[in-house]
Amino acid sequence: MPYAVREALTAFRRSPLLAVLSVVAVGFSLFVVGLFGLTAHNIRRAIERIEERVEIVAYLRDDLAPEQLKLAQEEMALLPEVLEVRHVSKTEALATAMREMEEFRDVFTDLEVNPLPASLELRLRPGSREPKAVERVAAQLRAYPFVEDVRFGRDWLDKIVFLRRIAGGAATIIGGAFAAVAAIIIATAIRIAVFARREEISIMRLVGATDGFVRRPFLLEGFVTGLLGGVLAAGLTYGAFRLVEAALIRIDWLPFAWVVAGVAAGTGFGFLSSAVAVRRHLRAL
Amino acid sequence: MIKLTSVHKEYPRSGVALRDVSFQLRKGEFVFLTGHSGAGKSTILRLLQMAERPTAGEVRVLSFSSATIRQRDIPQLRRRLGVVFQDFRLLHDRTAEENVAFALEVTGARRSAIAPKVGKLLAQVGLAPKARAYPDELSGGERQRVAIARALANDPFVLLADEPTGNLDAWAARGVFDLFREINAMGMTVIMATHDLDLVRAHPEFRTLEMSQGAVVFDSAAEAAVEAERV
Repeated sequence: MPYAVREALTAFRRSPLLAVLSVVAVGFSLFVVGLFGLTAHNIRRAIERIEERVEIVAYLRDDLAPEQLKLAQEEMALLPEVLEVRHVSKTEALATAMREMEEFRDVFTDLEVNPLPASLELRLRPGSREPKAVERVAAQLRAYPFVEDVRFGRDWLDKIVFLRRIAGGAATIIGGAFAAVAAIIIATAIRIAVFARREEISIMRLVGATDGFVRRPFLLEGFVTGLLGGVLAAGLTYGAFRLVEAALIRIDWLPFAWVVAGVAAGTGFGFLSSAVAVRRHLRAL
Repeated sequence: MIKLTSVHKEYPRSGVALRDVSFQLRKGEFVFLTGHSGAGKSTILRLLQMAERPTAGEVRVLSFSSATIRQRDIPQLRRRLGVVFQDFRLLHDRTAEENVAFALEVTGARRSAIAPKVGKLLAQVGLAPKARAYPDELSGGERQRVAIARALANDPFVLLADEPTGNLDAWAARGVFDLFREINAMGMTVIMATHDLDLVRAHPEFRTLEMSQGAVVFDSAAEAAVEAERV
């Protein structure tokens, strides 16, 4: 076993409390970041789900020829923004109205002519649901002579955009603050662990150990502390997720890439903090 | 082998620590470095380890010069020096033998070579029976012996001792000093900083460099040379 690995293990054996405390400190500080990530992710998902319902409805004239309809349908489907085009016939529209507006059922039943127009309902691709893209598609629809009217919830759309912007800004600021606090706690925990062994470092240098040799076990320790802390944080966050899901509301678990990125960030930062902390001691005798 | 030439050392805050210090040591010499606290004894020992560089002048140890040594070569120099301190500087969470082995491990000694070497070193300083004891279980004199064994681990050519008997009672101090003499008798250069004048006076056969306010004010070797010339 290489010296650095043996020495890192020895350090753990000699002061397990300090090692465990460092891991716990790293774990809990990243756990806060994880909880925030979980919240941010679910807020984002909620907004996305609302956005998925962004729809453009083009009401069609009654005298529209089927070939024209087919052509229009095909043309619209080719637009890059459009995910799906659905034709709603007059009959379907009436059926839907009767189903969704029960109090008017009698009125609809008594009618001799179906007053509801046929329509094309367009769903847009993710990323094309912001006002400009919607506006663009709506304008194209309006250009068809057989389109009587085009509707989409403009106010509603603006509100979603506004909400998303606020959520994004808040996530950046609060997330950044949490990450900074986590970074400070990790750096401090590791610095304490290195400081506890300053005597060892000074003796190593005294007897002629090279800087690289002195550094290696500490870097390894920082790496492992960060890694274990990151895994602990991921576990705690998952526990919190299950708890919320069981007791409160159904939420989504974090994307796997986020979890990996979080653990990797903890590991990398642990490594880096060690490097910085040891460097301080290497500069002294 | 060790040569200081017009060495001047000044600290930004505490001022001048050494002024125009020049002397030369030969292989196998035993030298007392004496003087009041603050006279510059420890500064000289730190300069010899290249833990610091002189403000002016040159410190030369073996082929290493303070003027040209690169940071990354310093470990190579330190492996040729054995250093002992007044406060022992042992690792308290390691046994006597682990403390000695540490010096070998961190300088990349072969693992199979470490245990026999540690046994030999502890036997040399008379501590073989206490190899498994922790520093806190040892007396002051015994701790200093462990520190000496550690200092000898990498077969240095010189032993630098900074007030090695300063924390010891008279009996332990005598034992440690006798150990230094034995080590010196085997051919190793020993530089011992001390303000124990009784000890220095009791051993006129060893060279004495007396320092005061950062300067060497007495060198028994130079004195003897002058004396020889007069006769």
